[in-house]
Amino acid sequence: MKFASKRGNEKAELQLTSMIDVIFLLLIFFVMTFKIAAQEGDFNVKMPIGGGAGAQDTTNIPIKLRLRASAEGELAEIVVNDSLSFGNDWQKLRAYVLDLTGGNAPPTPEEGPEVEIDLDYNLRYEFVIEAVTAVTGQRIGDDVKRLVERIKFAPPRKAK
Amino acid sequence: MRPRKKFDTKVAEGDMTAMIDMVFQLIIFFMVLINFSQDDQNDKIKLPSSELAKPADAPLTFPIVLHLDSTGAIYVGSEVATVESVAPMLRTEIQLLVSRNQSAKDANIVIRGHKNTPGGLVQDLIKKCQELGFEKFVLRVREEV
Repeated sequence: MKFASKRGNEKAELQLTSMIDVIFLLLIFFVMTFKIAAQEGDFNVKMPIGGGAGAQDTTNIPIKLRLRASAEGELAEIVVNDSLSFGNDWQKLRAYVLDLTGGNAPPTPEEGPEVEIDLDYNLRYEFVIEAVTAVTGQRIGDDVKRLVERIKFAPPRKAK
Repeated sequence: MRPRKKFDTKVAEGDMTAMIDMVFQLIIFFMVLINFSQDDQNDKIKLPSSELAKPADAPLTFPIVLHLDSTGAIYVGSEVATVESVAPMLRTEIQLLVSRNQSAKDANIVIRGHKNTPGGLVQDLIKKCQELGFEKFVLRVREEV
């Protein structure tokens, strides 16, 4: 009877070279296609044509926000309801909105006061977003407290 | 004199385990974070930032992403238009909506405007979309850190 030959007690060795090649290729692919994108967020604006945004404003605190621009498109003046001027201080505008709303969030996004933003044509978009930020809420720590959910834009003014 | 020891003739083998572990972790990291979607990204657009910006809780229903750069060019997918010439592209989207038993009112127009774009151009774009029946607009901004 023939005995099976005894196996040597050497370590079984895996051939890793090709696996490492493929893994490095994958790694290079992912590193090259990787894009660091900043976190983005949204402001919702509901604006049907020729009408208000949803329900009528029953809060009796309409806010008409007029944003005047300099010739370079910088913010020149913030005027509320054609009478109150806040210079270009967003904090004063926020304090005014806080005072008007009593710091209370509207019960639903379709309710509560409505802000109409009327801006000079050449005012840079970043100032429009700053205005929207100032009137829609405030950040307290990590929480965002909503003050106004309904934003609409006045008809565009003609370019100078 | 003491005779010199003979060197071991076996092949020197480095321990690859730690390196493979690390490389796998790197691959998993990049795989999880990779974003193949080109729809909502455009290198030409530098979004304005806002401290109130927070990612949406739920995905938008039928989002139509319009990238508006500082010169007034509008990028819709791979096509470029202006406020005056964007209507045909939006009509194509409306046809798609109708084929899914929806209307322009159900869609969300996502405006990714460059921070230096004149605000009036954004208003013009909104007005053009309103004329086509769109009602819901989303102003996309960068989260301020």
